[in-house]
Amino acid sequence: MVARDIRLAFRKRGQLVQPLAFFAIVTTLFPLGISPELSRLRDVAPGVLWVSALLASVLALELLFRDDAQDGTLEQQALSGQSLTWLLFAKTVAHWLLTGLPLSLMAPLAALSLGAPIVSLGGIVISVALGSVALSLIGSIAAALTLGVKRSGALLSLLTLPLSMPVLIFGARATELAMTGAAFGPPLYLLGALAVLGVTLAPLAAAAAVRINLE
Amino acid sequence: MRERRLQAENLHLWRGETHVLRGLRLALNSGECLQITGGNGAGKTSLLRTLAGLMYPEEGCVLWDGEDVRKDMQGFHAHLAYIGHEPPLKLDLTARENLHYWVGVRRPVSRAELQDALMRVGAGDWLDRPVRTLSAGQKRRVALAGLALMNAPLWLLDEPTTNLDATGQRLVGAMIEAQLAQGGLVVAAMHHELLVASAAVRRLELVGTLERNRA
Repeated sequence: MVARDIRLAFRKRGQLVQPLAFFAIVTTLFPLGISPELSRLRDVAPGVLWVSALLASVLALELLFRDDAQDGTLEQQALSGQSLTWLLFAKTVAHWLLTGLPLSLMAPLAALSLGAPIVSLGGIVISVALGSVALSLIGSIAAALTLGVKRSGALLSLLTLPLSMPVLIFGARATELAMTGAAFGPPLYLLGALAVLGVTLAPLAAAAAVRINLE
Repeated sequence: MRERRLQAENLHLWRGETHVLRGLRLALNSGECLQITGGNGAGKTSLLRTLAGLMYPEEGCVLWDGEDVRKDMQGFHAHLAYIGHEPPLKLDLTARENLHYWVGVRRPVSRAELQDALMRVGAGDWLDRPVRTLSAGQKRRVALAGLALMNAPLWLLDEPTTNLDATGQRLVGAMIEAQLAQGGLVVAAMHHELLVASAAVRRLELVGTLERNRA
């Protein structure tokens, strides 16, 4: 399933690049719009980085199950005799590999453009990586719930954003601490806990939502 | 194949305000085929989806080998192959790739098996073309190849001959005959005559206004 989704994504590169381009554009525009002063940029960098990453993740979420639902392949996955929970978890893993992981790797470049010191980049990558795992999993629930809704983008955002607030808060805090050279372990552990909670519960919830929408 | 039995007991299904299935009962054994006919909106697709476990009846149950399918839906699905109105294919994958991933979720399938199945449905010249370049009839043939590869004892087919030429329709008839000869069961919803020579074909006509349907 992971291999299939990755292969499909590379055959539709436009959709793949869209959230990453959004992230790059937003984080590049902020220094132009606020001020080139390093101290001001560093103050807003954690928030800008994480809000951009969150919105880019939400952009990509609409595609998680939509195409499969429309062409009937999601129905076949539900009828495959395999655990739908595991199949949807595999799709979410593929989604993270295609969006969350590239965002994590782009985050250092964005952070540098916002005045982050080089020593903080490692912490920023880890925090965005963990946070994006949690975002993908939380988002998979919302994506499954809104499957049958036409033009579900707005509803998907409304469902995802409130649930993503803890990720945003802890992620921004971890980034802020990393940038100031302080220990950023505690918020990172909380991000990790959210990711583990997501791994445990999100696929079950998503599978239940998909079954309801297939009816 | 071992002896199998599919039963539906007292199925009542509502779709919104419409009482689609009213106390429907049926029983099908190994080597038997049930053709479901009826006008548009009579409930043919709803019946197939209920038998497949994609829809849940308000009353009644579906039994597979005497067991309520709801007790082990995953196990039931492992014995089931369902083809809906539209072939469940990804447009950006080739015919071969589609079958590799579709059937591969259920069981390992070799390149030789894929090749053989596609050749049998006449796909030899276009099995490595993206599905989006295929005609509706060609897509239907790819779906039939997938059906054959699944090795499932129970087939639920919704208009399996749609978009097929005369040769393709005879192919469907031959596939169904082969399935019955192996001890499989087939439930097919279709408007047209099923080109199956076997005497083990029964017919169920759904008439929307009838109080009870029984086969």
